Amino acid sequence: MIRYLGKRIFFMFLSLFLIVTATFFIMKAVPGGPFTSEKNVPDEIRAALEAKYKLNLPLHEQYLDYLKGIITWDLGPSFTEKSSTVNDMIKRGFPVSAHLGAQALLLAVFGGITLGVIAALKHNKWQDYTAMVIAVLGLSVPGFILASFYQYFFAIKWGWFPIAKWEGFEYTILPSLALSAMPMAFIARLTRSNMLEVLSQDYIKTAKAKGLNTFTITVKHAIRNALLPVITYLGPLVANILTGAFVIERIFGVPGLGREFVLSITNRDYTVIMGTTVFYSIILVAAVLLVDIAYTLVDPRIKLSDTGRE
Amino acid sequence: MQLTKEHFEPISVDLRQAEEIKRPSLSFWADVWRRLKMNKVAMASLIFILLLVACAIFIPIFSSHDYYTTNLAGKNKPPSAEHWFGTDDLGRDVFVRVWYGARISLEVGFAAALIDLIIGMIWGGIAGFYGGKVDEIMMRIADILYAIPYLLVVILLMVVMEQGVVTIIIALTITGWIGMARIVRGQILQLKAQEFVLAARSLGADNNRLIFKHLIPNALGPIIVTLSLTVPTAIFTESFLSFIGLGVSAPVASWGTMSAEGLAAMKYYPWRLMFPALFISVTMLAFNLFGDGLRDAVDPRLRK
Repeated sequence: MIRYLGKRIFFMFLSLFLIVTATFFIMKAVPGGPFTSEKNVPDEIRAALEAKYKLNLPLHEQYLDYLKGIITWDLGPSFTEKSSTVNDMIKRGFPVSAHLGAQALLLAVFGGITLGVIAALKHNKWQDYTAMVIAVLGLSVPGFILASFYQYFFAIKWGWFPIAKWEGFEYTILPSLALSAMPMAFIARLTRSNMLEVLSQDYIKTAKAKGLNTFTITVKHAIRNALLPVITYLGPLVANILTGAFVIERIFGVPGLGREFVLSITNRDYTVIMGTTVFYSIILVAAVLLVDIAYTLVDPRIKLSDTGRE
Repeated sequence: MQLTKEHFEPISVDLRQAEEIKRPSLSFWADVWRRLKMNKVAMASLIFILLLVACAIFIPIFSSHDYYTTNLAGKNKPPSAEHWFGTDDLGRDVFVRVWYGARISLEVGFAAALIDLIIGMIWGGIAGFYGGKVDEIMMRIADILYAIPYLLVVILLMVVMEQGVVTIIIALTITGWIGMARIVRGQILQLKAQEFVLAARSLGADNNRLIFKHLIPNALGPIIVTLSLTVPTAIFTESFLSFIGLGVSAPVASWGTMSAEGLAAMKYYPWRLMFPALFISVTMLAFNLFGDGLRDAVDPRLRK
């Protein structure tokens, strides 16, 4: 277990190192610096600016500097928003994104499991078909389209919810719904197929023969076993929700990190792009590792080991 | 009535006749096709996809409008007989632009899937076939790359490379092949241990023959299914990138850019968002449903 964990953590850091390095060199490969757009800057001023942002140093020194910055968690200044640093932006934007993401995550998990369980219990009846139609639609309609339609109908046309901004609970409903649709659909399908498999197992028959009522069988025996594979999906789910938020936040004007990231792309604000990419990568890689560990804690049948690779 | 020996007559039994195959034997793919044909949803999706491909090729050729001519006198017009899907904020015909968008989406979808397939098959095939150290090293590399969030890599590459369809395809495939490589490796590992491989080897088949004649054809089912589900993912990612302004650049139309432009004008000219949005969604739906149907047809045991 310890050996396995050590190995996993080692590879996690290797992945992160690769991301940081790749991000750095990709960004440096871009032709022109951040100050080339301001055409009439005298040479002295540009030199001074470059010195301020340490762009006059040789590449390997800049790289070491950047690595040191990441280890000490100093992601550097923003080029377009002169007054704030990347750290400020993350500190400002991430709590909002995390709030939105957590809400969407809860919605996706509970909604998806409920849909999946209903579909499996009413296998091949109309409830099953309805749930699966919802699921396949959720998988097929991209989040940004769904968000646009929610905004058009629920906010602009019928005025049930605020159109945009982030000022209270009612502002969070539409973005959370739009963000959770795709993962919810995925979880619903996963739960349904697992439930169907579990329900055909012998121990369910035994439980029935013992005279347990349907509710106890469903909750105590079926759902608990059917949900295990859903847990493995939680890692990719976090990734899905965090990256999905890039556009959802933009559409609903949510002042989160995702919108900041998309804005920095539009503005070609390289330090912000680099910083947020690294930040997102750390969260996502860590989330996948945590989910893997949680999985073994929940299901004692699985042993963490090096040989456990398929 | 008394039964006597004369009432009975021996039937000549020809054992060879019992061995005769009366019906034409179905190959694996004929069997898959037979099962797929019974699945109405999958067939409807397939027909839709074929229609979409045909329309994307021919409508822009034969239409009297093109995707770039602007007409400021006739901008933001609702759908009419002249412009079936209306016009956009520069007076361009939305109908033709939607079909140009279809070309881009399909090009990106199929090209990305094909490149993923080629790289994934080679990488996964070699890792699975040779096993041991080679497998360990190759799959470690794949694991490390796989840990890097897909969309972030794509976005990062799109930021620094010149915008365009080719760039999108490169960005999508740079880590996209890993899923395919894992599937191929798993299949090859499983197949390698079976008796027919041993039989082929003892008959003197070399590695190339084993890989291309025996292992890959047998692994083709799951590979094709993965392939069919890669297409909608690529289409989605392309429209996502175009939507955040990283896809194709103007005046080329993509469903993503058209949606982004339509979103800005949604309040007054909702059709400008509606048509591209509808096309993305229905296309994704068709590919997903077809992929599901194909999976059931390739491996009926998976049907739930």
